[in-house]
Amino acid sequence: MAKQYVSWGRYPHKQQEGFDFSWRNQQLPKDANFLPQGNARSYGDSCMNHDGVVVSARKLNHFIHYNQDAGVIRCEAGVMLSQILDLVEPHGWFLPVTPGTKFATIGGALANDVHGKNHHVAGTFGCHVTQFEIMRSDGARMICSSQENADYFAATIGGLGLTGFIVWVELKLKRVENSAVNVENIKYGSLSDFFLLSEESAADFEYTVAWVDCLAKGGQVGRGHFSRANHARNQVKPSKPKMALSVPIDPPLSLINSLTLKAFNSLYYNRQKEERAYSAVHYDPFFYPLDGIKNWNRVYGPKGFLQYQCVVSPEHGESAIREILGRIAAANRGSFLAVLKLFGDVPSPGLLSFPRPGATLALDFPFEGEKTLRLFDQLDEVVHQADGAIYPAKDAHMSGVHFKQYYPKVEEFKQFIDPAITSSFWSRVMEEK
Amino acid sequence: MKNWVILGATSAIAEEVMRLWASRGYKLFLVARNQDKMDIIKEDLSVRGAMQVETFVMDANEITKHISLLEEADKRLGHVDGVFVAHGTLPDQKACEKSYEAAYQEIHTNALSVISLLTEVANRFESRGHGDIAVISSVAGDRGRQSNYVYGAAKALLSTYLQGLRNRLVKSNVHVLTIKPGFVDTPMTADFDKGALWASTEQVATGIVNAVDKKRNEAYLPGFWWAIMFIIKHVPEFIFKKLSM
Repeated sequence: MAKQYVSWGRYPHKQQEGFDFSWRNQQLPKDANFLPQGNARSYGDSCMNHDGVVVSARKLNHFIHYNQDAGVIRCEAGVMLSQILDLVEPHGWFLPVTPGTKFATIGGALANDVHGKNHHVAGTFGCHVTQFEIMRSDGARMICSSQENADYFAATIGGLGLTGFIVWVELKLKRVENSAVNVENIKYGSLSDFFLLSEESAADFEYTVAWVDCLAKGGQVGRGHFSRANHARNQVKPSKPKMALSVPIDPPLSLINSLTLKAFNSLYYNRQKEERAYSAVHYDPFFYPLDGIKNWNRVYGPKGFLQYQCVVSPEHGESAIREILGRIAAANRGSFLAVLKLFGDVPSPGLLSFPRPGATLALDFPFEGEKTLRLFDQLDEVVHQADGAIYPAKDAHMSGVHFKQYYPKVEEFKQFIDPAITSSFWSRVMEEK
Repeated sequence: MKNWVILGATSAIAEEVMRLWASRGYKLFLVARNQDKMDIIKEDLSVRGAMQVETFVMDANEITKHISLLEEADKRLGHVDGVFVAHGTLPDQKACEKSYEAAYQEIHTNALSVISLLTEVANRFESRGHGDIAVISSVAGDRGRQSNYVYGAAKALLSTYLQGLRNRLVKSNVHVLTIKPGFVDTPMTADFDKGALWASTEQVATGIVNAVDKKRNEAYLPGFWWAIMFIIKHVPEFIFKKLSM
C-alpha cells in the first residue's frame, strides 16, 4: 500500500495512492473503487483515480508464451513495450504498432488502443491483439477475442481500463529484417504541402509523420518537417544509442516559455539546410526520440503540462488544422512538439477508440492556469465543428458534453464497465451535464 | 553456459537476476515456498531463453531438506555450477525486542538456514574444485543500529561466515561473493517512503550479475553504499550510541 503516483503530464498534480498487483493468480482488492494502472504514461487523468486507489500492474510483468516461428507473444499486462522489443527484435520481430514511448505497458497500449506512425497502413494497436484476459471485480475471469466474448473484446480495446483488470495480452508481431529504419526527411513550407506529401507517401511509406513549427504565421502556417520511413531491407546495422540524458531534478519553474519556444521552433525548422535528407537510423531514436531523455516531463516545472491531441474529419482537415494552429499562434502559446499525421481508414476495433480517418495534431503546453484552459476551450469548439475528437489518454480538460459528441458509442460502452472500477477522467466526463 | 540453484527464487531481486541469466541460456533450479509463483516465473524465464527451468518447493528453514535439495538439483540439471542465496525476511524489530523466540526465528531464517545450506554446498564444491557461491547479505550487517539490530546481527553473522568461507575455499577454486544491497524497492520494503537512496531491483540485479562475472568478493549495491558504510563504520562508538539510526 501507500505507493504514490502522478500521471506523465503531472497535471492535475494530486497524489494518488495505490498498490501492486504482482501475480496473475492473485485476487483483486475488495475496495469498491479502484482503477487498474500500467506505467502511468498517460498524460492527464485517465490513469488516475483520485477518489479511490489504483491497482498497479507494474510488477505484473512476466512473459507467458512466445511462438518465435509465428511471431505471437503472450505476456502479462505490465510488460513494457521496451521489454517486448528487447526480446523479439533480435529474432526479426517488431511491434506491429508502437506509440511514441516504449515505456508504456502492453495493458496500457490495449486500454488506450494506441496508434503510431503507421496508422494509415496498420490501424491501431488493438487491430493486432489476438486475445486477452480480463478479471472482473467479482473475481470472474474472461478470455476475450474477436470470436470469444467479442462484445467485451470491443469494449476493452480503448476502454480506458474500465471493463476489468487486464491480466494478460496476446499480440501478433510484425516481421523485420534488421533494426534499421530508412528515413527521408522533407522540409516543407505550408500546411497544403503537408497534405500533399501525406497523400503522396501513403502507399509507399509505412511510417509518416510531420513536426510542425507552430509559431509560424500567415502563408507559412503549418510548415515543418515531413518524415517518411520504412524498415530497412538491406544489411544496415546501426548501433543502439544508450540512454544518456536525463532531467535529474525538478526545475522551480517551466523551462518552456515563449522565448525558448520561439528559439527552438525556429532553430528546429532550419536545422536541415537541404530540402530532403536521407538516413538509415536505429529504430530507437526514430520511434522513441523522447525516451532518450529520462524524465523529460520535468522540463515543464512543478505545475506540469497538458497535451492536446485531436483528430479532425477529412472534409474539414486542412481548414480545421489551420484554424487550430492560427489560434495557438495568436495566443502566443506555441508548443515545443507539434506533431501532425494523417490517419488512414483501417477501422479501429474498440468502442471508444480514438483513431478515425482524418488529420491528427498533438501539442504540449506548460500548464499556465486559466490561460491554458481557455485556449483549450476554443480548440475543443473547433474540433467539435470539424466532426473530430480528443484523445482521452492525453486529456485532463475536455467537457462531458464534448466527450459524448466525440464518442457516440459511449452509451453502448457503459454496460461493460465493471461496477467497482472508475477513474478521475471517467468521473469528470460523466459528471458534467 | 552455467547451472544455478536459486534460493528465495520468488523474491524480487532473485527474479531480476534470473531474467538476466535466462537471457544467456543458463539452466536454473528454483527453490521457494510457493509453487504457483514459481510456475509463473518458470514460463517467463523459458520465454527469455533459459535452457532449462526446474522448481522445488521448500521453506529454507527446513534444514533437514537441504541435502536432498542439492541431490535433486544435481540429478535434474546434471551438475550445479553455482548457488545463489536470495531468501530472507525483514523482521519487526519491536517484536524481536519483546520476544527471544521472534528474534531467534529471524536469525534462523536470515543466517542459520544459509549456514546449514552452505555447509553442504561448500563441501561439495571444495571436493569438485570449482563453483560459485553468491549470497545476499546487507549493509545493515556492517553496524548495529537500534532500529534494526536483530536483522543487522543476522546479516553480520552471515557476512563474517562468508569471509571465512571465502578464505577457506580460495585454494579450491571456489568463489564466494557477499552481496550488500542498500535500500531496494521490493515487496519486502513496500511500507517505506522511498527517497533518493533507493535503488530498483533491476539496478541491483545487474550489479549482482556483474559481480558474479567479475568474481568480486564483496559488492555494495549500488556502489555508493560502500562510501556511506565506510563513514558509518568509522563513527566512534561514544558518538554513534547517541544517534537515532
